[in-house]
Amino acid sequence: MISTRDVSMRFGGLTAVSDLNIEIQKNEIVGLIGPNGAGKTTAFNAITGVYRPTEGRVVFKGRDITGQKPHAITKLGIARTFQNIRLWTDMDVLENVLVACHLRMDVGVFASTLHLPGYRVKERRSREFAMSLLESVGLADQAREAATSLPYGKQRRLEIVRALATEPSLLLLDEPAAGMNPQESLELMDFIGSIRDRYDLTILLIEHHMQVVMGVCTRMYVLDYGVTIAHGTPDEIRRDPKVIEAYLGVD
Amino acid sequence: MKIKRNTLLTLAGLALLVGAIAAADATLGRFSVRILNLSAIYIVLALSLNLLNGFTGLFSLGHAGFMAVGAYVSALLTMSPAQKDMNFFLEPIMPFLRDIQLPFPLALLAAGACAGLVAVVIGVPALRLRDDYLAIATLGFAEIIRVLITNAQSLTNGAQGLKAITKYSTTWVVWSVAALSVVFMLALVRSSYGRTMKAVRDDEVAAEAMGVNVFKVKSTSFVISSFMAGVGGALLGHMITTIDPKMFTLTLTFNILLIVVLGGNGSITGSVIGAIVVTVLMEALRFLDMPMNFLFIKTNGLPGLRMVIFSILLMIVVLYRQRGLMGNKEFDWDGFIGIFRRKGASSAGGRS
Repeated sequence: MISTRDVSMRFGGLTAVSDLNIEIQKNEIVGLIGPNGAGKTTAFNAITGVYRPTEGRVVFKGRDITGQKPHAITKLGIARTFQNIRLWTDMDVLENVLVACHLRMDVGVFASTLHLPGYRVKERRSREFAMSLLESVGLADQAREAATSLPYGKQRRLEIVRALATEPSLLLLDEPAAGMNPQESLELMDFIGSIRDRYDLTILLIEHHMQVVMGVCTRMYVLDYGVTIAHGTPDEIRRDPKVIEAYLGVD
Repeated sequence: MKIKRNTLLTLAGLALLVGAIAAADATLGRFSVRILNLSAIYIVLALSLNLLNGFTGLFSLGHAGFMAVGAYVSALLTMSPAQKDMNFFLEPIMPFLRDIQLPFPLALLAAGACAGLVAVVIGVPALRLRDDYLAIATLGFAEIIRVLITNAQSLTNGAQGLKAITKYSTTWVVWSVAALSVVFMLALVRSSYGRTMKAVRDDEVAAEAMGVNVFKVKSTSFVISSFMAGVGGALLGHMITTIDPKMFTLTLTFNILLIVVLGGNGSITGSVIGAIVVTVLMEALRFLDMPMNFLFIKTNGLPGLRMVIFSILLMIVVLYRQRGLMGNKEFDWDGFIGIFRRKGASSAGGRS
């Protein structure tokens, strides 16, 4: 599905990510963990086109997408959420999802301004799709509320829904459980599993919350100072001395 | 039922507005009608700047430049060869331009198109910049356009400007264009494309990640805005009937920016109200610039004193209503009636 081949990301003298080799098969849920500053989000940014990798290539569905623009990569089917929630503050919940629907609507500025018949049909379909997505996460009742007035956990869900509205085949989640209480985290685990099945997704997620990662991922990669120090099943990772060292600081 | 009521109210409001404009056009003196029409032109200009500033989040200060392009293109295209010969007495006009004469509607469209074309040329490099840098770059481009116009003697008649432009900007023409601009903006902003513009304004990184082609959206907004600025500039030229490069300085851009900020960044209603209020005040306060006589103290006239009033007004608005008169809200009948209901309810409560 997606693979990164020796992807390195350097900022001046700092190597944020070096020789990252991730390989994910279709419908897998894979975790990317590591201590703060390990380069996890940088890896995401290199995959989604926010940064152009200094070295290496990113291959998605057999196609080299290295250095493409973020919106082009989203169009190919990679969607993401952000560590610090990035909803559009001046829009309501539904509009937030509708903007993401625009990508697949394929209408230009004239067709949409003139509200041509073709546009109207697409707009109506987008609204129905957006509402069905919101319904599936229990946000339909709040569709007309300001996105930022939602409680934190729901804002996170809305971000995931917004990403789903671009109809991706690969979903990158950047700390989806950040700031959630244990109950919400548990719900989130179920939710991630269910969207994978319902929308036929492949998921790569960054998470600090070990219970969530271990519970939902089939495989995981561990980064430390930009270097991949381990990868394997949750059980293997839990026993890996290098991982324990990185997290607990054994000397 | 409710929707029907609002539609009826809108129709009634429109009829009232058309009636009021017709009455004003017929009864008011030439000076007042001119102010009325100037407001309409400022509505077009404010909307075009608001599209950039308020809806796409691009801080541009290049409006005067695009207006100049529009004004010159339309003026040159509508003048008869004889008029052109009269204007270009220092250096003859380019032969091919001399013989072109188009009807006014076509010239108006050409004015917008040329301004849009200039925007494409300028926008591609400038839109890579953000925030204040973009403002400075567009400001610079506007000055470049002005200097080019001043020096292209055989094309624009240079610093002499163009005189005796036909006065096509009648009350009905300018108000029709203003109405068209309002309808266009409403349709654009409420469409799917308009939503992507707001997304770019609110968070560019998120917009890009959700598949919005940020550069394309910005360019589109920039070109549409410049098209409208060009049309507005052309209308202005055909109203004043003379244009010269000195008209299109930064001050003009600032007047429009003042309207947008006062009315509310991101509010179409705000721009319309702001345009009318600022234009009317700009003329109504003209007495401040004149010599004044307060019984014992006589002043010799302080040109620019009315601008002081505007500065104070702007400061007050920025202090107490940071987002302008309307914020980013739009007028709607439910809200409008709501104001009266609430007032009625509170006064009724006061009585009992």
